[in-house]
Amino acid sequence: MDDASDPDFNRRDVLVGTTASFALTGGGTAAAQPIAVSAPVVSKVAFRVNGKDQVLDLDLRTTLLDALREHLNLTGTKKGCDHGQCGACTVIVDGRRINACLSLAVMHEGDEITTIEGLGTPTDLHPMQAAFVKHDGYQCGYCTPGQICSAVAVLDEIKAGIPSHVTRDLTGTVELSPAEIRERMSGNICRCGAYSNIIDAIEDVAGVA
Amino acid sequence: MKFDTPATTNPIDQLKVIGKPTDRIDGPLKTTGTAPYAYERHDAVDNPAYGYVVGAGIAKGRIAAMDLAKAKAAPGVLAIVTADTAGKLQKGNFNTANLLGGPEIEHYHQAIAVVVAETFEQARAAAALIKVRYTKTPGQYDLEAVRKDAPPAEKGKNDVKIGDFAGAFAQAAVTLDATYRTPDHAHAMMEPHASTAQWDGDKLTVWTSNQMIAWGAGDVAKTLGIPKDKVRLISPYIGGGFGGKLFVRADALLAALGSKAANRPVKVALTRPFMFNNTTHRPATIQRIRIGATKDGTITAIGHETWSGDLPEGGPETAAEQTKLLYAGANRLMATKLAVLDLPEGNAMRAPGEAPGLMALEIAMDEMAEKLGIDPIKFRVLNDTQVDPAKPERLFSQRQLIKCLETGADTFGWSKRKAPGTARDGQWLTGMGVAAAFRNNIVMKSAARVKLDAKGVVTVETDMTDIGTGTYTIIAQTAAEMMGVPLDKVVVKLGDSTFPVSAGSGGQWGANSSTAGVYAACVKLREAVATSAGIDPTKAVFANGRVRSGNKSVALGDAVGVNGLVAEDLIEFGDLGKKYQQSTFGGHFVEVGVHAATGEIRIRRMLAVCAAGRILNPKSARSQVIGAMTMGAGAALMEELAVDKRHGFFVNHDLAGYEVPVHADIPHQEVIFLDETDPMSSPMKAKGVGELGICGVGAAVANAIYNATGIRVREYPITLDKLLDRLPEVV
Repeated sequence: MDDASDPDFNRRDVLVGTTASFALTGGGTAAAQPIAVSAPVVSKVAFRVNGKDQVLDLDLRTTLLDALREHLNLTGTKKGCDHGQCGACTVIVDGRRINACLSLAVMHEGDEITTIEGLGTPTDLHPMQAAFVKHDGYQCGYCTPGQICSAVAVLDEIKAGIPSHVTRDLTGTVELSPAEIRERMSGNICRCGAYSNIIDAIEDVAGVA
Repeated sequence: MKFDTPATTNPIDQLKVIGKPTDRIDGPLKTTGTAPYAYERHDAVDNPAYGYVVGAGIAKGRIAAMDLAKAKAAPGVLAIVTADTAGKLQKGNFNTANLLGGPEIEHYHQAIAVVVAETFEQARAAAALIKVRYTKTPGQYDLEAVRKDAPPAEKGKNDVKIGDFAGAFAQAAVTLDATYRTPDHAHAMMEPHASTAQWDGDKLTVWTSNQMIAWGAGDVAKTLGIPKDKVRLISPYIGGGFGGKLFVRADALLAALGSKAANRPVKVALTRPFMFNNTTHRPATIQRIRIGATKDGTITAIGHETWSGDLPEGGPETAAEQTKLLYAGANRLMATKLAVLDLPEGNAMRAPGEAPGLMALEIAMDEMAEKLGIDPIKFRVLNDTQVDPAKPERLFSQRQLIKCLETGADTFGWSKRKAPGTARDGQWLTGMGVAAAFRNNIVMKSAARVKLDAKGVVTVETDMTDIGTGTYTIIAQTAAEMMGVPLDKVVVKLGDSTFPVSAGSGGQWGANSSTAGVYAACVKLREAVATSAGIDPTKAVFANGRVRSGNKSVALGDAVGVNGLVAEDLIEFGDLGKKYQQSTFGGHFVEVGVHAATGEIRIRRMLAVCAAGRILNPKSARSQVIGAMTMGAGAALMEELAVDKRHGFFVNHDLAGYEVPVHADIPHQEVIFLDETDPMSSPMKAKGVGELGICGVGAAVANAIYNATGIRVREYPITLDKLLDRLPEVV
């Protein structure tokens, strides 16, 4: 037996050949730096969400994702990992898709934010939402809003000629191919494995199916 | 309703609604983000506080001391619950380790505290201020090291010895003796385990994400030591489960305890990096397979031994099970060994047993076919069995394995397959692989309540869950078919422990069993409606929203009157499952490209041909199969929980380290369902299909890689480093 205030490995040990996330899990294990106990710092932030002005007083630590989900009750944007690995929180900010979990709400002063709720409603679906239903591009539904927000933005990116990792000619027109769509959608994980159907849905909307 | 004789013709056979590729009825909610999941119940719960879970930093030992002072003093903190303050807790029937650890620690990241605060940010910050001092004890974390001393699982009660395996194997003209390894796998469903709990006096309501509502309500009650009827579980939408949400986990318990301590509704979600070590996983296996055959390819001896590990009192990964039933062979040996490991709890993940078992067996069959110089499909056909090899008098209810393989071969272009390492497409070595898919059909008791109102609307209530499987839709289709109404006249309510107890979602039993329960309730409702309409129930026809017989025809709404009618029943299964072996079958076909220089592996094509009884909804069933194929591709090529054998935990505990397939990994996928109805399974004549799709697909990928490169890899996942030093010379 050995007695340990922390496990008998240090941060360097962990980083060698493993992942840094171990040290950040709040497991009471690796609090290398002291954390100050102080009242939360709150700041006012104003942005537009789905065409509606919002003014919030938020803890500076609050992510855009939690601002949407916990403060504006817009829970269509999902929290799958909270650190940029899954894409479930994808929203469109000023025309570009981002992971809402990776940016703090207060960074979005004056921004125009579109969430899944801003694309369509159950009785008035956006064409991408309708295509996901038609092609069964989802199963459990949890990654779905992020997939749809991403898909809408991906078609705009291709139209705008923004190249991706698989684009052959960086200066030419970007081809609307399955490979381009798959590459660009690869930040949105679907563990149910609806990928084949999601590509069908996106191609349908893009008019290439 | 007791189902103990084979199904005859019934209203489901009309196939006006059942069997149609209907869009999911929950689709508009899911695609607009308006389907509410467990952590999002702003509609049901006012002003919840936030719970943040603290996990153990050691794998085995004791908490020597916990300093909560700083955390308690942190802004916004309402309560902290630990084993010291939780009161007496019992372990749930379905849990191996305690959900709240301390002072004993049973595994790494076992929950040891929940911090409840006004906001998520405050709870998280305060949780990081808890100081824990541990006394570690040595643990066992290496399956390889303990393998040789592992005793038979469950005293060997499932082990099989038929004939003289050792003698037959020794005398066989052609033999294979190979060992295969599959690593620990994570469910990694997209919605983290989450619960919102609220007490009303001694009554507890938990909005949670759980596949098995009645098991869950029972285990919440047992763990807390309160009567089951004081616990209500609500779980209408579940963001993926795959077996990881079969059981109550720490989120539900700690939300309940935190809520009691804070006297507020409390919601708790496990963070992504916490899930991998805190919850369950599919255990790693080591599998030794021996096959002996005559020169013409007839198997005379087949042996499958499997080793896995789990915490004390845990269970094995039953990877030898399918080998009992899949192929003929007079002399048979199947054994399952279970070692004690102090890693996190091993438990069911999609197709437990068969998924890793077929990853090994179906490579072995490919290896054996090659040794024999027989096409791998022909070799499987040659050794097909139409009876349970252990009890030859026991037939399969349906068994179309050969047709699955032959249909797949035709569709996929199997005849174009070349000798290993000889097909080339530019820089890419290409190859095709095949594997059999096999998974038993399990039937489970399932109840439902069906109401018909004065507007002719049918409402189904059952505690059944839809974990992405399409349950809402197939239950609606069942009720619509039975009551003779269009789909939009059916409302389906699921996942509430106040509803009749269903089969739940697991073991691919959900679709067949739960719809059979709805069928039973509808049979009862039809009788009541006909009687109410003054029509002889035995002659009543339900169609177009009306009940009729002869010249008499009454609208359903009028038949039931202003108060409507309600019926409740359940389906119970007799011994048809004992008399007949009920299984589902398939053939997986995969084409891969392996880069000649880098060893990069790309899946180019995938096809599954499935025979799984009546397909209730070909659209959602196909999705189940392609999803399972995708998960199987992950198991073949990338998924592996890396074990730290010094400290006893899974190192790659997030979605960057534990890689699952993404869009770019998966090509267009094809699925063919063979025409089949199975009257032995239920009045629906359906069987499970949600797990069949993952069974064997990993081996089909492995066999395709072998065909492309001539390199046989027996340790999953098959990553390029395992190919690199053996790739053909690049000129």
